[in-house]
Amino acid sequence: MTTTAAVRYETVIGIEVHAQLLTLSKMFCACPVPSLDSPPNSHVCPVCLGMPGVLPVINKHAVELTIMTGLAVNCDIPPEAKFDRKNYHYPDLMKGYQISQYDLPLCKDGRLEIEVDGQTKRVGITRVHLEEDTAKSMHVAAPTGESYSLIDVNRSGLPLMEIVSEPDIRSAEEARAYLQKLRQVLRYIGASRANMDEGNMRCEPNVSIRPLGSEPFGQKVELKNINSFKHAYDAIKYEVARQTQVIESGGRVAQETRGWREDLGQSVSQRSKEYANDYRYFPEPDLPTLTISREWVEEIRTRMPELADAKERRFQDQYGLSAYDAAVLAETRARADFFEASVALGGNDNPARAKSAANWINGEFARLLNADNADIEDSKVTPELLSELLDLLDAGTISGKTAKDVFEQVYRAGISPKRAVQESGLIQITSADEVSFAVEKVIQEHAKPVEDYRRGKEEAIKFLVGQVMRETKGRARPDIVIQVLKEKLNGSP
Amino acid sequence: MPSEPLHRLTLSEAADLLHRREVSSVDLTRAAFARIAEVEGSIHAFLTLTEDLALEQAREADARIGRGEATPLTGVPGAIKDVICTKGVRTTCGSRILEPYVPPYDAAVITLLKEAGLVMVGKTNMDEFAMGSSGENSAYGPTRNPWALDRVPGGSSSGSAAAVAAGMAHYALGSDTGGSIRQPAALCGVVGFKPTYGRVSRYGLVAFASSLDQIGPLTRSVRDAALVFEAISGYDARDSTSAPLETPRIADSLKVDLRGLRVGVPQEFFVEGMVDSVRSSVEAAIQQMEALGAEVDWEVSLPSTAHALAVYYIIAPSEASANLARYDGVKYGFSYHEGESMWENMEKTRQHGFGDEVKRRIMLGTYALSAGYYDAYYLKAQKVRTLIRREFDAAFQTHDILVTPVSPTPAFHLGAKLDDPLQMYLSDICTIPVNIAGLPGISLPCGMMEAPDGTRLPIGVQILARPFDEASLFRAAYAYEQATDWHHQFPPL
Repeated sequence: MTTTAAVRYETVIGIEVHAQLLTLSKMFCACPVPSLDSPPNSHVCPVCLGMPGVLPVINKHAVELTIMTGLAVNCDIPPEAKFDRKNYHYPDLMKGYQISQYDLPLCKDGRLEIEVDGQTKRVGITRVHLEEDTAKSMHVAAPTGESYSLIDVNRSGLPLMEIVSEPDIRSAEEARAYLQKLRQVLRYIGASRANMDEGNMRCEPNVSIRPLGSEPFGQKVELKNINSFKHAYDAIKYEVARQTQVIESGGRVAQETRGWREDLGQSVSQRSKEYANDYRYFPEPDLPTLTISREWVEEIRTRMPELADAKERRFQDQYGLSAYDAAVLAETRARADFFEASVALGGNDNPARAKSAANWINGEFARLLNADNADIEDSKVTPELLSELLDLLDAGTISGKTAKDVFEQVYRAGISPKRAVQESGLIQITSADEVSFAVEKVIQEHAKPVEDYRRGKEEAIKFLVGQVMRETKGRARPDIVIQVLKEKLNGSP
Repeated sequence: MPSEPLHRLTLSEAADLLHRREVSSVDLTRAAFARIAEVEGSIHAFLTLTEDLALEQAREADARIGRGEATPLTGVPGAIKDVICTKGVRTTCGSRILEPYVPPYDAAVITLLKEAGLVMVGKTNMDEFAMGSSGENSAYGPTRNPWALDRVPGGSSSGSAAAVAAGMAHYALGSDTGGSIRQPAALCGVVGFKPTYGRVSRYGLVAFASSLDQIGPLTRSVRDAALVFEAISGYDARDSTSAPLETPRIADSLKVDLRGLRVGVPQEFFVEGMVDSVRSSVEAAIQQMEALGAEVDWEVSLPSTAHALAVYYIIAPSEASANLARYDGVKYGFSYHEGESMWENMEKTRQHGFGDEVKRRIMLGTYALSAGYYDAYYLKAQKVRTLIRREFDAAFQTHDILVTPVSPTPAFHLGAKLDDPLQMYLSDICTIPVNIAGLPGISLPCGMMEAPDGTRLPIGVQILARPFDEASLFRAAYAYEQATDWHHQFPPL
């Protein structure tokens, strides 16, 4: 057996992402956008059914959301864009062609910055264009054994944005970071719900490998049926390993589409791309060329919210937060907005309040939300309620420990912290007199630790403090407890 | 009651009688159906007759007239080409593939006509999907020319032209993609008008070639054509190619005076092979206009129009290949079910559902759009289209209207050109450039010729104007019509 120097391979990935835009109506008709649980074929009209004689009318909001996305990923917005017909036959394609954009997309030549292992990297965005979604086919078997294909036309004509990256991505980790970053941007600007498991964000990575240092691209394979970031990561890892094995065993990677099978942990060939489809694109004669004025683009830009990266930097500068806290808060727009609203309620020039708000949002609040798999925007806790709690803490009305209990009540029931405190009698005991009774009781009941402390084992006081806190149901202020304990222990035997 | 049979009245004459309450809409409707009973058996102008509906609409119209709320169209029986969607009334497009199709909505023009007081006698026969120049491509058998039952009425609005010529309706709607209103109007001796592209909403007009299609009237007088045009035109937000312009008021301001009107005669329209009587009749018509005060320039040249036919037979089939892709038997219309698979059923639906000419054009268009051919065919055709437009623009710098023949020959025998598509295509050589440039064009009777067998056949003259300058076109057409009596001819049925 001989060993040869192993060839090292470089992975090359480009990703096409489809995101359903958050509009009220469909792309080319007035049908309202269905929800996930809308009954099949309940949100349809002659236009999205592709009835004879119907015509498309452009949804302006969808165009604006696409342009805003383009601006958010640093694209050029050319002054002219047009729609084209992409021709192919499929039962879920109502008109026998899809209205898409071919050579004049709304946005082109952008970039997105991602961070992997502390390294920042730019991924080029080739283009962002607008198109319509197809209906959904479902294949079902009747009890008699016959199989049917059913079509739900609700999805037909939903506005879909396609974001095509350059083949700049070099690993599954980078691919995942790119998708996460893109999702963050889409959600920040309100362009899409961008939930991969709901299907309103879908991705198709094109994966190839080439010997490290070699210029030409290897044969690429398109990956489909990816419903989560994890699928994307796993599917790419698998594909890179598969291609490496094919090449190393002397084979040739076939140009094909492979579907990821999460249950098998592998991808399976769906169709060969040897005979590439000819979509016979041509300009959509039912729609005028779009003229995108610079004024319109600038107007859209003014409506664009501050994005995560900018917020993260500002949170550090403005509030003196740590890089970590700032990053976590800026992760979603809802969380960042919650934070800033809470801080503003306590007076904006209050660095301590910013720090404590950040601690609560990233700490206790996040813990409860994670446990419930819930989002901050759906929580009963409002910035007003959190701010009220922080006021109570600042005023010393409740202890930190009590605050956690109160917060949980606010979280569960949405009640006011003040009311929670009053109703449960959780107001902090701040006077030494009130603590004294509990302290004396504890000293009497725990002779051993009292003895230890008096013999110089200072550590023993911690246990006693804990017992006093238990006795007062956490309402006593720890510093006062320690003070009273020390007085009593150091005083008379 | 008038001395003439009711079915011979023009729309304007019928409207006057209704207005003066000398006849009722029900009288006119009964007369129309009596005429239909008399001659439809030998003409076959209709695919669907809607007598019950028409009588119901007539009674409504009479009530409306009684309230003094009538428009010029209220209560006057009209016919609708079967390519225009009518809610609840079968719309076949002359095709097997839509034999059972009943639209769930009204075309924009139908909504407007209903508002104006439509009495619809039925849906008229046509070449399948408006593809043809003789009416012989109807899946339901040809329409015969009321002037000579062994001859074609022209096409594709064959039934609309024949119905109006034979007195089965006082007016009809047709559609015109390359001459489909004007050519049958000329061959049947009636007025046919194609408005400027964008004047009349295409919403609900089953698309053949989207950038060329336009709905227009077929009538027995120029004034009638103006009245119908006024009723059906205007901006429609559902058609993005609809022009946001006011509907012009034309019918009330028609005058018999052509002083100062600059008339151009483009030489290229007097093509080789044109029948002598056609040439001499059209020249006589132009001389008549000169006598009425027009300044005639006999030497206009539009060299690129020689390529219009070639351009048309690339652009129209290309658009049609996509427009007709939706007919796959999955959603509506004829559906083949005997196949082994879904794909076989879709293929066989189209194989059995479409006629030869439709298949021929789908293949032409598919070919022209294919990868590797697109630039040479579709793109080049679009460039020549621009040239043709520019030549018309230039001609209209110095001329108000252009006057040409409509068709090189009068009505030809059934079957004469059926086996020679190219000869058939040449029937539209004078009308196609007008659609290519999006201009308004009208065809009106200008003579009769005697065939060798002694049959008298109508000849038409075509008047063209600048885009959206229908007023000049109608001015010339009306003045000429009033100075002659070709429009008083009635076929010997």
